[in-house]
Amino acid sequence: MAKITFIDSNKIEITVEADSGSVMELAVQNGISGIDGDCGGVCSCATCHVHVAAEDMDKVGAANEIEQDMLELDDNVNEFSRLCCQIQISEQLDGVTLTVAAE
Amino acid sequence: MLEHTQNQTCVVIGASHAGVNFAFSLRKQGYAGNITLIDIDPTLPYHRPPLSKAYLTSDNDIASNALKAADSYIKENIKLMLGTKVAKIDAEHKHVIMADGTNIQFDQLVIATGARPFIPPIEGLTTASNLYPLRTAADVTKIKTALKQSEHKRVVIIGGGYIGLETAASMQKLGAQVTVLEREERILARVTAPEMSSFFQQLHADNGVNVLTSKNVASIQTNNGHNQVICADGEQFDADVIVVGVGIRVNSEIAADAGLTEDNGIHVNESAQTNVKNIYAIGDCAYHYNPHFARFIRLESVQNALDQGKVAAANICGKDTQYDTIPWFWSDQYDIKLQMVGLSQGYNKIVKRTEPSDNHKFSVWYFKDDELLAVDAVNNAKAYVLGTKFIKNRSKVDKQKLADLTVDFKADTLVIN
Ligand SMILES: Cc1cc2nc3c(=O)[nH]c(=O)nc-3n(C[C@H](O)[C@H](O)[C@H](O)COP(=O)(O)OP(=O)(O)OC[C@H]3O[C@@H](n4cnc5c(N)ncnc54)[C@H](O)[C@@H]3O)c2cc1C
Ligand code: FES
Repeated sequence: MAKITFIDSNKIEITVEADSGSVMELAVQNGISGIDGDCGGVCSCATCHVHVAAEDMDKVGAANEIEQDMLELDDNVNEFSRLCCQIQISEQLDGVTLTVAAE
Repeated sequence: MLEHTQNQTCVVIGASHAGVNFAFSLRKQGYAGNITLIDIDPTLPYHRPPLSKAYLTSDNDIASNALKAADSYIKENIKLMLGTKVAKIDAEHKHVIMADGTNIQFDQLVIATGARPFIPPIEGLTTASNLYPLRTAADVTKIKTALKQSEHKRVVIIGGGYIGLETAASMQKLGAQVTVLEREERILARVTAPEMSSFFQQLHADNGVNVLTSKNVASIQTNNGHNQVICADGEQFDADVIVVGVGIRVNSEIAADAGLTEDNGIHVNESAQTNVKNIYAIGDCAYHYNPHFARFIRLESVQNALDQGKVAAANICGKDTQYDTIPWFWSDQYDIKLQMVGLSQGYNKIVKRTEPSDNHKFSVWYFKDDELLAVDAVNNAKAYVLGTKFIKNRSKVDKQKLADLTVDFKADTLVIN
């Protein structure tokens, strides 16, 4: 089980638990505002953009190549940016905080 | 919140990509009245693109593909009426009539009825065994069950468009022996350049899928549950399962009956509004104007469904908004990720750029004289992103540099000022 905290687009903090699937799926299942997941999780739409808390970057890992390129479509990109459909849930993610990138 | 909408009702026919996202946008824009989403499909609304891709090959429940969680509809006070068919629209009296005769009054109506698979008039098709289109979650369940139960797992796919080819790749992954029959001289003939067609033809061959072109299916003979697919040139193929993917028909009959202008889709203006006030049409069913390409079109894509939904929602909430976007689309087959942006129709010059890579990484750039119209990017999100920006900004791209791998692949070096 991993406990993941989202700070949604209304700045509301929500902590949820899961043991598998992608972080985007988890966010949609829990109605996290600001995570749309329009392409269904195949890194094609960039509507699942989050900023990883600086101290959690090691746990979450950096964006892959396609993800980095896709993130360039978003003005809000920074070194903590991830498209969360590309983050798979595992024990390792326990305790991380992800802030929904503003639109 | 918009006070004046408090006692109003917005009815949406069709709860898929367009309808569902419209409903949530409408709430977000401040609509305070009732929002009712109606769909024939009994399943909690789900993503369609994975049906021919990841969902077909996985054992996941359709719930993992839901567009929104069931709770989200409750939270946003959006009423879902699933398994319900709208039989008629009474535009004059502003109500929709269900198949069971009940009716619902509306102040605004949004038609998001999308499309259904076209079933070609092929002799023997309706009596063939295990023959299915692929548009709904239920179709996928039937296809998977038929494949599981079949001993030889010989699959014939009629139609070499994106859905046919994705289904071929997925069924191959499931252990089927797949043949694709395409009527045209090349696959994807209507949507891409010959370079892309031959790439995908080779890709499928490399993965053991038999893709045959200029194969017009003339008839299907079925004996004891065993199908023979017979082409006009006489060639025959054994098939335990047949998937038909030869295009769609727009679900516009109820709109036409209600007197809405309709022809290759329901005609809408730049605000997604039909010729009847307070009735909008969005998504696959909407024939609309694209300002960037200065042309009327109908698109079948998630992007179009979502963006038109947003435009309709804003306009209903009194914010004058026009639909003006650059179309984009994707397709995943095997380990190939294809991303497309723009509309290539009318191109007269192509530039192909192949990156040094062990995993087919290239892009095809479509120009009309000096204007960049579209980009097809294979395993190359960077090309897709650059293409998107160039098309949006109407940047003039140096074609020679674009094809030259020694030139840096970025805006500064490629755009002519
Ligand atoms: C297998 C497959 C793969 C695809 N892959 C991609 C892809 O990779 N990328 C991409 O961008 N697009 C893809 N598409 C296209 C994309 O799914 C469509 O463009 C999108 O679904 C359009 O959404 P829509 O809401 O306009 O229409 P639809 O999804 O067609 O939904 C219309 C809904 O209206 C309902 N309806 C119709 N008439 C009535 C009625 N009278 N009463 C009640 N309900 C009614 C239907 O049941 C349906 O649920 C794919 C489509 C399919 C089928
Ligand atoms: S869901 Fe589309 S990029 Fe993540």
